[in-house]
Amino acid sequence: MSHPELKDYAGAKLGMWLFLFTELLLFGGLFLLYSVYLSHFPHEFATAGRQLNWVFGTVNTMVLLTSSLLAAMAVTAVQRDNRGLAVRLLAGTISCAAIFMAIKYVEWSAKIRHGIYPNSPHLASAPPGEPVFFSLYYITTGIHGLHVLIGAAILGWIAAKVHSGKVHKGDYVLLENGALYWHLVDLIWIFIFPLYYLIL
Amino acid sequence: MTSDTGHHIIGYGKLTAVWLTLLALTCLTVAITRVELGGYKVLGALTIACLKSGLVIAFFMHMKYEGRLLRWLLFVALVTLAVFIGLTFFDVLYR
Amino acid sequence: MTTEHQIQTSFWNDTGKSGIRSWIFSTDHKRIGLLYFYSTFGFFLVGVLLGLLIRIELMAPGRTIMGPATYNAVFTVHGVVMIFLFILPAFPGAFGNMIMPIQIGARDVAFPRLNLLSWWLYIIGAAIILTSLFTGGGAPDTGWTFYVPFSARTGTNVTLAVFGVFIIGFSGILTGLNFVTTIHRLRAEGMTWGRLPLFVWSLYATAWVQILATPILAITLVMIMAERVLGAGLFDPARGGDPVMYQHLFWIYSHPAVYIMILPAMGVISDIIPVFSRKPIFGYKFIAFSSLAIAAAGSLVWGHHMFTSGMSDTAILVFSFLTFVVAIPSAIKVFNWVSTLYKGSISLDAPMLFALTFILLFSIGGLSGLILGAAATNIHVHDTHFVVGHFHYVMFGGTGFAFFAAMHYWLPKIYGRRYAEKPAIIAWVLMFTGFNILYFTMQVLGMKGMPRRYYDYLPEFAPLNLVATVGSWILAIGLAIMLVNLFRGLFRGERIGNNPWGGATLEWSIPSPPPTENFAEEPVVTHGPYDFKGTGIP
Repeated sequence: MSHPELKDYAGAKLGMWLFLFTELLLFGGLFLLYSVYLSHFPHEFATAGRQLNWVFGTVNTMVLLTSSLLAAMAVTAVQRDNRGLAVRLLAGTISCAAIFMAIKYVEWSAKIRHGIYPNSPHLASAPPGEPVFFSLYYITTGIHGLHVLIGAAILGWIAAKVHSGKVHKGDYVLLENGALYWHLVDLIWIFIFPLYYLIL
Repeated sequence: MTSDTGHHIIGYGKLTAVWLTLLALTCLTVAITRVELGGYKVLGALTIACLKSGLVIAFFMHMKYEGRLLRWLLFVALVTLAVFIGLTFFDVLYR
Repeated sequence: MTTEHQIQTSFWNDTGKSGIRSWIFSTDHKRIGLLYFYSTFGFFLVGVLLGLLIRIELMAPGRTIMGPATYNAVFTVHGVVMIFLFILPAFPGAFGNMIMPIQIGARDVAFPRLNLLSWWLYIIGAAIILTSLFTGGGAPDTGWTFYVPFSARTGTNVTLAVFGVFIIGFSGILTGLNFVTTIHRLRAEGMTWGRLPLFVWSLYATAWVQILATPILAITLVMIMAERVLGAGLFDPARGGDPVMYQHLFWIYSHPAVYIMILPAMGVISDIIPVFSRKPIFGYKFIAFSSLAIAAAGSLVWGHHMFTSGMSDTAILVFSFLTFVVAIPSAIKVFNWVSTLYKGSISLDAPMLFALTFILLFSIGGLSGLILGAAATNIHVHDTHFVVGHFHYVMFGGTGFAFFAAMHYWLPKIYGRRYAEKPAIIAWVLMFTGFNILYFTMQVLGMKGMPRRYYDYLPEFAPLNLVATVGSWILAIGLAIMLVNLFRGLFRGERIGNNPWGGATLEWSIPSPPPTENFAEEPVVTHGPYDFKGTGIP
């Protein structure tokens, strides 16, 4: 291929934002379905929501907000040519991701042990509204969790590039875009939290 | 398209201030849903969620310092989702 | 006209690499465009074959060549292949990739590697869909719309097929975001938004629909997979679900999807008509903005597929009204194309013949669309062959014929050779005749009450069904002649120069075939896309 590397910072950022819009619409479909069923079954949704642990939910919210802070700080660090700090901040973000996933694991396994999972016998005898709440809960937090894992992996890969100097003060759009992806993960959870944990 | 002035740097202090605000708003969300407001609980919680996401988008994602194009495009995406949900409710609410 | 003794160096051979790897791992938009062209068009031919099989089965009442279960699978796969493997990806992927960057004066798209990835995702998705036909419970039998509850319960291989479509969705999303970024960022100096060829405007609007609507399809397909694999019950009333919600989610994507199908087609027509009328397009700004208007308004009308689903009367009213609104920008385009022809110096070359046919067939399809969009009349023709006739008029008579126009218009640029004119015209006559015999008859059958997706029908429908099937054979013969003529010309025909048609857009200013970098130096644009006087071409 004969054409030179085209480095278009604004173009790369535009492309990333367009991708984020697709993620917004992807989760949007799940929120659409949720909002419809909430309007049909407010009482059953509240009953079901009460079975989720709001303390875990709140902690996870704060964990993700913190991870977002650290990722944003990592961008500032690279902009200020502070490579070591940037890598440590990204490590912090990934640690937060790990904590989030650990809490999620605890939540999910507890629920499954209590017979609350899609198509479980326990839910089969629950009133209409409760089973779809939990199906939506698992699908939404499942896909969100997948994004946490992917985001953490991407940030890890970018952290390696920061460490080796490939991402630096003069060319850090990769880090910026990775951070944008991470913030989206945070944004989705900002909506999941009240809708699933606080409809009490 | 305007020039690449994307090198706006947000200081650690400002970022931390935003973070603290977000944590406070999270606590407020939990508090607001403890009060018996019925259906308004959802509205209240969602309003705060919108505020929180506004802060994340404006400061963590640097949108406050981006050009008009990007902000307008985000608006289009959000309006699109809102329209999808809204038009669906023309069915759901009036059955 | 270039003489034979010049060894043509072009993107075909100027990279120093050869062999299949230089194609399937290429990041050159022209090569990727050709990869898309051959893969999508190959699937089009598969879809044609399936369509012909459907028509043979429907030729007479009762069983003709297949049983009912097979019939359900055949029309499902016909729809899935035509829609997801041809119509949706073909225009943006093939001609969008081949031509758009050149038309804006760029060397390539904004993200060439993502471009290659989007083709690979298409191929992988297609492979998964093909696998689903021959494994597990066999080809899906739900119709391409996969409605619940049947799609959640049927033993056929819905999960795998739907997963394949899911993957292809991402292909479209990547193309969309690539094109939006490209058009915003890579226009050459002097190529203002007001000088963009209308094909580019149409691709821009299309790309937005790909970005904003496709993710809804993705999540809806995930929900189908969750229904089948996890027993999620999202659309099961016993558990609180609502099957009509599936239809909302499905059509929130699938209606805008039809604008993904038609907008680039309209764009090509807007480029071709001025060239073969030797006149600038009438109402450039109106056509550009109506592309955006169609994309926007087209996102508001999905409920018109659901008038008989049990939706609320309020929703029926709202969606029916909005459907009339979306017809307006399309009509504006038709008026502007016809106004362009007025007092033009018309040459009826093959691209122009197909383009003019587009206007007629799309208009007929659009009119039947109004009958479908009006809720009162919809009740009578919903799920009849009237619908089948309608969408074949717009998708085949519209996008299909526009695609054939684009093939005759642009493939000579890519190959540097041209086809023979007379066989092209003969092919066109047969295709036009066969098409209308086939599909107008369907509109009549639908009005008379023949349902769609039914294996059998009442004896009173038999004569017209036979007529329709004969129409399909005439159409197929015309198609075959067109393809043989076109490809014989592209591979062995007369060589052409830069600008055989006298176009004023940038692709006609570079050699045929173009070099890999497109332009020796970045062009500076000084005139509009249909400003023939400005280019000195009479």
